[in-house]
Amino acid sequence: MTSLLDRQLLFVTGKGGVGKTAIAAGLALLAAEQGMRTLVCEVDAKGNLADFFETGPTAFKPRQLQRDLWAMSMDTEESLKEYLSLQLKLPLLSRIGPLARTFEFVANAAPGVKEILTVGKLAWEVRERHYDLVVVDAVASGHVIGQLTAPESINELVQVGLVRNQTQWMADILNDPRRTGVVIVSAPEEMPVNETIELADRLERETRIDLAAVVVNRVLPELFSGGEEDLFESLREPGPLAQVSKHAGGDVEPVFDAAELAVKLRRSRAVHLATLRENLPPDLPMLYVPYLFTRTHGMRATRQVAEHLAEELGL
Amino acid sequence: MAARKATNDGDDDKARNLEQLLATKEIVISCGSGGVGKTTTAAAAAAMAATHLGGKVLVLTVDPARRLANALGLEQFGNTETRIPSAAFAACGIEPRGELWAAMLDTKQSWDDLVRRHAPDPKTRDAILSNKLYQNISGRFVQSHDYIAMERLYEIHTAGNYDLIVVDTPPTRNAIDFLEAPGRMADFFSSRLLRWLTAPAKSRVMNFASKPFYTVADRVLGTQFLQDIAEFFGLFQQMAPGFVERAEAVTRVLSDRRTTFVVVSTLESAPLREAEYFIEALDQRKLHLGALVLNKVLPAYLRRTATTPVARALCENGDQIAAKLPGFDDRAAVARVLHTVGESFLNYQVVAKREAEQRAELARNPDVVATVPFFDSDIHDLAGLMRLGEQIWR
Repeated sequence: MTSLLDRQLLFVTGKGGVGKTAIAAGLALLAAEQGMRTLVCEVDAKGNLADFFETGPTAFKPRQLQRDLWAMSMDTEESLKEYLSLQLKLPLLSRIGPLARTFEFVANAAPGVKEILTVGKLAWEVRERHYDLVVVDAVASGHVIGQLTAPESINELVQVGLVRNQTQWMADILNDPRRTGVVIVSAPEEMPVNETIELADRLERETRIDLAAVVVNRVLPELFSGGEEDLFESLREPGPLAQVSKHAGGDVEPVFDAAELAVKLRRSRAVHLATLRENLPPDLPMLYVPYLFTRTHGMRATRQVAEHLAEELGL
Repeated sequence: MAARKATNDGDDDKARNLEQLLATKEIVISCGSGGVGKTTTAAAAAAMAATHLGGKVLVLTVDPARRLANALGLEQFGNTETRIPSAAFAACGIEPRGELWAAMLDTKQSWDDLVRRHAPDPKTRDAILSNKLYQNISGRFVQSHDYIAMERLYEIHTAGNYDLIVVDTPPTRNAIDFLEAPGRMADFFSSRLLRWLTAPAKSRVMNFASKPFYTVADRVLGTQFLQDIAEFFGLFQQMAPGFVERAEAVTRVLSDRRTTFVVVSTLESAPLREAEYFIEALDQRKLHLGALVLNKVLPAYLRRTATTPVARALCENGDQIAAKLPGFDDRAAVARVLHTVGESFLNYQVVAKREAEQRAELARNPDVVATVPFFDSDIHDLAGLMRLGEQIWR
C-alpha cells in the first residue's frame, strides 16, 4: 500500500466539527517540511484555513506561505475562467468575465458542474506536476462522495463536448491509488465514529477512490497506568485528601475532581475508538492525534498536529 | 429584542427558560455549525416538550447522516412521521403528557412530492420525474436540501397535525444558507437565465447578446447537454407559479411570531464564531432568536484561580508531599499520581479559561441561555435525551 505522503492528491474529509481543517493544515505543513512542494487547498469557502497558518485570507491564486508550502481557496468561477483561457483559446478572452457570471448560474442549476470545476482544477495541478502533493481540505463527509464522483456523473449526463473529453483523465488520476487517496478525520465520539464507518463503506461501494487513512483527532491522554488508578482512589478518601491539601497549600478536591472527569471522558471515548477499529479494514492505516490543551488554534497548534502526524507516520 | 417586529397584542413577557419559550411557539428551528449537538438538542427539546407541555410534538431532522435515528433508537424512519412508542418513555420511568413523533427528510421523496403537487398535468409530471437531470438534482445534490427542508416544514406545519414542530437544520456551508433557500428558489424562477434557457432554440441563436455565451457553452458542454437542460427547465417552468407562491409562504412562516430559532454551539472558537454570525443574520432578517444552547461546557471549578497554585504544587512537590502521607509506602508512585493529577487539572484549566473568554466575547445574547455540561457518556437513547433535556429545560 502506498504510504500517505507518497501520494500526490489527498482529500481530507470528515464530519463537521472534528477538526478536518486542522488536520489538513498539519498534513500540508508536515509534507512541506519534509521537502515536498505542497499545495493546500480549501474547498469550503469558510475561509478559516488561513487561521491555521496565521496568514491573511487565501485566494484562488496559490500564495506561498513558507518554503515548499502554498495555500489557495477554491473558487469555481475562477476555475472556469482559467479553464476557458487554457483549454479553449477562444478569441473571447475579454468577454469571459460576464460569461463566467452567466455560467455560474448554469453551474448552480446543472448538477455536477461546480463539482467538476473543483475536482478538475485539483486534478489538473496533479497532472501538470506543479506540486509534489496537493492536500485538499474537502467538503464534509455527507457531501464528499458527490464531489469525488463528479467526473463520472458528468460523463453520464453530458454526451459530447469538451467537458466530457476532460473527464477521463480526471477519473484516471482520482481512481489511481498510487496517486490519490481520501483521508477521513474522525474523533473518538459516537457520531463521528458512525459517520466515518459509513463513509468508508460508501467509498468502497460507490467509488473507485482509495481510502488512504483515518486520522483520529482529539484523543484524550490515558491518565493512569497499572495500579495508579487504585492509588488515586485511595488518595481521594477524605483522610488522605485532607493531608494532601494541607501539604499542597490549599484545597486539592477540585484538582482530584478534574482528574476523575478526565478519566471518565477518556473512558467513554475509548469505547468508540474500539468500535471504529473493529469496523474498518484491518490493514487501513490509522493515525492518532491527541487532544491539544493549547490556548490557541493558530500556527502553534498546526505545528503540534504536524509533529504528532510525523510521529504516527514514523518520520 | 429591539429589532423584532412589534406585535399588537402587547405581550412583552420574556421567556425565562426553554419551557416558557416552547410553550408559546409552534415551530422551533435548531441551528448551528456541525458537530455541536444540534440534532441531539432538537430531539431533547422535543422530548421534553412532549413530556411536560403535552400535545403532539414532532422532531423533523434533515441531516443525511441519519444521526437522529441513532439517538432515538429508531433505525429507519424516512419521510413518514413515526411515533416514538410510549413504551420507550415508560422504560425511562416517564409518563409523557403528550406524544413525541419523529420524521427524517428524504430529499428525493420530498422533491417528487413537490413535483406531483405543482405539475400542471400528468404528462408534464411524468416527463419531469423521468428526466435524467431532474433525477440527478433531486437525489444527489446536497444544495437542494436547504430548500426542501423549509418546504417540508411548511407542508407539515400547514397540515395542522402538530402543536409543536422542532426542526433540525441541514449541515450547510453557512448556517444561514437555508434561511435564504426559499428566496433563492423564487429568484431562480424569475431569472433571465431561465428565460434564456427555455426560449426556443432558434430565437436563442438569433439573439445577438447571448451568442458568445451560447458558442462557449456549446463547445464546453455540447449542444445535447444544453438541450437537455433547456428541456428540463422548460418543463420545470410550468410549475413556477406554484413554486414561487410556495417559497413566499415558507418565508412568511419563518418570520411568524410563532416561530423561534434556537442557536446551538459549543465554546470552541469556530462553532462560536458561526453562532455569532448566525445570531447577526437572524437579527438583520427580523427573525426571532429564542435561545442559545451551549453544549459540552466544562465545569466552573476548573476556572478557579485559587486552585492553580495547588495544582502546581502537586506537579512540582509531589515527592515532598508523598513523603508526608501516612500509610502510603510507594512514595514514587504517589508522587507520580499527584503529578499526573496536578498536570491534568492545569491542562483542563487552559481549555476552560479559553472557553470562558470566548463565551464573554459573545456580543448579543438571547433571553434564554442554557448551558449543558460535558456528559460522562454519549446520548444514544431516550433516557439520555431526557437527561440532556433536563439541563436545558428550566
